[in-house]
Formats: sequence, structure tokens, C-alpha cells
Amino acid sequence: MDTAALRSTQHGPVADRAGGSVTALVRPVEHPLGHLDLLESLAIFIIREVAAESERPVLLFSGGKDSAVLLHLASKAFRPARIPFPVLHVDTGHNFPEVLAYRDAQVEAEGARLLVAKVQDSIDQGRVPDPGPVASRNRLQTTTLLDAINANGFDAAFGGARRDEDKARAKERVLSFRDSFGQWDPKRQRPELWQLYQGSVRPGEHLRAFPLSDWTELDIWQYIRRERIELPSIYYAHEREVVERDGMLLALSDWVSPEPGEDVHKEMVRFRTVGDATCTGAVRSEARTVDEVIAEVALARVSERGATRADDRFSESAMEDRKREGYF
Amino acid sequence: MSLPPGAQPAPGSALLRLATIGSVDDGKSTLIGRLLHDTKQLFEDQLEAVASASRRRGVDGVDLAFVTDGLRAEREQGITIDVAYRYVSTPHRKFVIADCPGHVQYTRNMATGASTADLAVVVVDATAGLREQTRRHTCIAALLGVRHLLVVANKMDLTGWDRAAHDAVDAEARALATRLGIDSVSTVPVSALLGDNVVEPSANTPWYDGPTVLAALEDAPAGAWARAGDGGGSARLPVQWVVRHPGGGRSYAGMVNGGTLRPGDEVVVLPGGQRSRITSVETFDGPLDEASSSLSVTVRLDHEIDVSRGDLIASADHPPQVEREFDATVCWFTDPPLTAGRRLRVKHTTRVAPAQVRSVDARLDISSLELGPAEALEPNDIGVARFVVGTPLVVDQYHRNRVTGSFVLIDELTNATVGAGMVGAPVLAVAPSG
Repeated sequence: MDTAALRSTQHGPVADRAGGSVTALVRPVEHPLGHLDLLESLAIFIIREVAAESERPVLLFSGGKDSAVLLHLASKAFRPARIPFPVLHVDTGHNFPEVLAYRDAQVEAEGARLLVAKVQDSIDQGRVPDPGPVASRNRLQTTTLLDAINANGFDAAFGGARRDEDKARAKERVLSFRDSFGQWDPKRQRPELWQLYQGSVRPGEHLRAFPLSDWTELDIWQYIRRERIELPSIYYAHEREVVERDGMLLALSDWVSPEPGEDVHKEMVRFRTVGDATCTGAVRSEARTVDEVIAEVALARVSERGATRADDRFSESAMEDRKREGYF
Repeated sequence: MSLPPGAQPAPGSALLRLATIGSVDDGKSTLIGRLLHDTKQLFEDQLEAVASASRRRGVDGVDLAFVTDGLRAEREQGITIDVAYRYVSTPHRKFVIADCPGHVQYTRNMATGASTADLAVVVVDATAGLREQTRRHTCIAALLGVRHLLVVANKMDLTGWDRAAHDAVDAEARALATRLGIDSVSTVPVSALLGDNVVEPSANTPWYDGPTVLAALEDAPAGAWARAGDGGGSARLPVQWVVRHPGGGRSYAGMVNGGTLRPGDEVVVLPGGQRSRITSVETFDGPLDEASSSLSVTVRLDHEIDVSRGDLIASADHPPQVEREFDATVCWFTDPPLTAGRRLRVKHTTRVAPAQVRSVDARLDISSLELGPAEALEPNDIGVARFVVGTPLVVDQYHRNRVTGSFVLIDELTNATVGAGMVGAPVLAVAPSG
């Protein structure tokens, strides 16, 4: 190799430029695809890439809107064949009944195999301390998730997390490497250049794959509208008995009862996220249709997690700390 | 210009991917924080979190850099360690912003952010001019194929809004860009701290009649990934997955790049070299008359031929080359240094192959932009090496096609990504020295 290669590019690419071919990279071309087309296409590319390179992938499905979009994309990626991996629900036991019914219907419609890993089992087996019947089990899910990944030998888990959700998520790669303890090390992430998603792991290690990384809450809703994706009814405005606690509206349920001094009242609400029912707040809303939700999301002044997740309010690094332990 | 939070992009407008680059402390994260803040795309709770992080660390007012410095270690040290991705939508388009770290030891993360960028926003402290690290970043961005620079002459408030300071940054940046073969450069005088010329035009720069940062981004060309390669339009489809149809038959899934694929196109399947014809191009939503670059599709061929993941379906005109040995420009990320004889794995398109370094031939001097002889590449070095691969790869020169011209190097033991490569010599329009 000529060490003057850089200068020799005078008669390499520069000659090309005179000949017109190198301008290929330079010439702007009007893009015929809209932003949702591009997001969809890249997500499907990522799903196919991870499915091809891993031995035992799994798709994490909570019944929330992001995992609904993820399942829809996975279905599109392999059509007309079936989704070539199972679907895993990490079940806190604190579910909205509408979401469980929705989960079963969606997974059956896709012809996919559903696995359920229960936090209650982790509690019964003494893997995690019992926080009591009404406390949030959100953080406990990490142990249940990692145990399920180990027990099944999964080496890649698709998740619906988006970078716009949280400042720690904003730092995470599309393919996020986890060591044999399930830990994320944010200071030692693999470089991830171009669209070369590099997913090699050793036994015991695994990857989290986030095909929706570049999607925002608004993109998700616009895509749900375009693709007519069905969601659990609690994403749309309905009347419900709630109490106001720590500035959040909590729905009354088997696990949420009014505390002394708390006023139970009926409100028109909807849920912006779906998680453990004890720590997922509702928002006041009149939005009963996808179009109305999109209009509402476009005007929101508080972030999705800030409005609805008590677990992210503990500290400025709540999400980073949970992710380091192996959380979604 | 004031926009509602999460304003909807107009239908059909594309994504613009941009990377903010430049030296540490020149204000990249502050600029992004300001851009988000002034387009009203920071939520109240996020702003409150930034304000409280600022107070806790004794910062006067609100330090907008905390918007993107999302890791605990970053806020402790006041530096950016890894890329943060942020999203801005205007009525015109959606922006994906990669806020890249400035420190030399995190160059790998900067390259991660810049590798998919259509445009680089080069943030320069106008009181100091271009630093070595700014030149390094701009050089890496140019090597990666970024062809548009938006130079932000930042901290103009500290110069007393001195036009000469702006003009000096502009002249320096243009001189560098010319040497790097970049012809599209514009410079905006900015105070990211105070917000001048980021989203709102500034009253402090009456001598400047150009666009604000946001206006310049809205007008910038998008879609570097979609651009036609090799003389405009020779398509490539690296096969990701073979879809077996329940009723019999197979189709081949992948993302089109470099040109457009249509039913009836003559194609060649590489590296085998079998010729065939496309009988249908489909997405999940049905058959297409044509599939443009960046679209994930499945195609069917009219012959029953052996096609597997890792093969590449290419237009029969101007197909890529099948190579067992090739020269490449390498960004090396880790210890130990890259030397001849080193065994690695290479991931190129959808194929992973064993590889060995035949020779390390040159190293790029970032200051002079000259290649000099070298036998090893240290971490964060850029140089030229020759590789031998155990399975033939189907490659284009990187400057012709970013997809078929790029690869990453994988450590055999740890599986870490230890380097990135671009097929061919460094493409910089550098004037001969001497």
C-alpha cells in the first residue's frame, strides 16, 4: 500500500469527481418516503438482523402501546411466515384486566407463542423480598426478567423502549449488550456504526434490541393511526374512580385503595403508559379516538414518564440505576 | 420561530440525521439543550429536572447541557461520555440529533453518532477558534461521508458580538472543509447559552443576515443514506433473511440501497455470480412497482437458485466487487494497537467473516491531514490497512456506497466492536503536499 494513498486520492476520488461518479454520495435526492416509512423500514431491518444473528431471541410484550407497535413490526418483518420467536410477558400481577385480555388476543392473532414470567413466582421462590400486596413491583420485574432469560437461554430480547422516554435511555445503543449478570454498563457500550448491528455474545450474556429507539411518543401514535393498530381500551378516555396521590391520578383497583384523607372521585381519564397498576398514573383526558389522542400528545407539556410513572420520580438517575441492574 | 411541543412534521417530509461535533467545552450539549428548549420541545418536568440538577451542582441559572448529559457520570464530571440521541420535529421535518462527546478517548462514540449523519453541526468556541479535536472530528465526519457542515461560532457573547471573531471561525472552517473535500459550509454566529441565532434571530448580530441554526437545518439536504451509488442507481440488496412461504416458494428479505429495484430487473446474486430476474418486490403491505433506497422489502427471483443470508442481490449493471483481500481506511478504537497478523471477525452488510490484517500501511496525521508510514494503529487512530477475509465479501468503495463499503471489526474473544472500516483509501480532497 502506497503511504501516499491520501494524496493519491487526487487521481482516485477526485478523478471520479471530475468523471461525475463520486457526486453520487453528494447529490441530494428528494426522498420519496415519509418519516414513518423510514422509521418502520429501519425497525424491520433491525428485527430481521437480530433474529438472524441470535440463537434464541424473544420479544418482550407488556400490552402497552410501544410493545403493540413492536409486535406489529415483528409480524410485518417475516410475513407471510409467522414470527420466528416467542413473546414474553413479565407479569407483575398488578395488571389492568383490559390489558391481559388484549395481550392474549393479540398474541393469538399473530399465531405466536406466549410465555409469562410472574413476579409472584419470584416472590414465592424467595428470589426477591415480598414488598407486600399493594406496593409497586416495578423494580422487582428485573429479577423475574433475568431469571426468565437465563432459564430459557435467550440471547436476545426485543424491547419497545424509546430514546425519547428518558435521558438514560437517550444514551443507549439500539443493540444493548448485557453481561452474564444482565447488567448494562453505560461507560462501555459497543460502538454502533452505520446500520451494522453487531450482536455477538458469549453463553450467558445477552442483548437487548430496541428497534423503536428513534421513535417518539408522537411517532408511535401516528403509526398506530396509520396501521390501525388496536390498543387496550384504557389508552382512550373513559370514566374511572381515581384518587390523587403524589400529584398523580391512581385508578382504584385490588391494589390501590384510598388512604385516609384521600378523596375518591370519578374522572374522565386515559393512560399514557401501561405498567404496574400501583405506580402507573392516569391523565385527565377527553381523547376517545386516535386522532384526539394525537392532538393531545402534540400539546402535552409534561413528558410521558413524568406524568405517569411514580418510579421515575425517586431520583435523577432512577432509570439509569434500574437499567444497570438489568431492567427493560 | 415558536412551535408547539411535538409539532407534527408535514406528510412526506423526511428525517434529517445530524451529529453535533467539536471539542469538549465548546458547547455542543448546551446548543442541543437550547434547540430543544427554544422549540418548546422540552417538557416541564424535564426542564424542572435540569433546573434542579443545575442547582444541586451550584450552577447559576439553568445549565441546558444537563438536558443531554443523561448519565450520572456525565453530570458528575460535566462532560459528555457517550452519544445522546434527541428528537426535534418542526412542521417541515423530523430531526434525529446525535449529540457526540468531545473527548479524544470517546472518539469511538463520536464515530457512532456521525456514521449515520446527513450533516454535521460543528460547534466552535469563537473565542478560541478551531481546536485539534474539532479538526479530528471534522476529519472523521468527512471520512464517514458527511458532505455538509453547519458551523456554529459559539460563545459570541464572550467576544462582544465581534464580527471578526465569527469571520475568523468561518474562514478557518472553510479552509479545513476545502482540504477535506467538503463544499457545503455555512457558519452561524451563536450564543447557545443565551439563545442568540439558535431558534430566534439575534438583535446582537445586525451584521449577520443568514439563517438561524434551526432555519439552516430545515433547509439542509436530507437522506444521505438514500442517495444513489455508483453513477446513480445501481441497487444492492444484502439478504438478511430467507422467508419461506407457507404455500411453498421463497422470498429474500433485506433493505434496498444504492438505487431502485423493480420487477423485471436483471440481477446477479453475489458472491456466487448466478444471474436471475426479479419477479416481484413486496413489502408487508403488498406488491410494489418499485422499491427505493432505504426501504425494507422482500423480493422473489425467477430461478430456483441457492440464496442465503449474507449473499447480495445486485443490479446486473455496475455490480459490486467480490473480494478476498482489500485495502480499507480504519478507525481503531481500543488497546492493544492494530498490527499486522491480528485475527478478527468482520461484519460487512449481513455477513460475518473471519479476517486477518495483512499489513498496516499508513496512519493519518490529524493536524497535517497527511498519511505517513505506520506499522500500528493506536486507539483513536485513523489509518490504512490491508485485510484478508476467510469468506469473500461483496464490496463497493465506501465513497460510492456507504452500505456495501463499510464494515466493523469484532474482537474474537470478547466480541467487542474494536474498529470500523471503510473500503478503499481515505477519500479526502487533500492537495498534494510540498
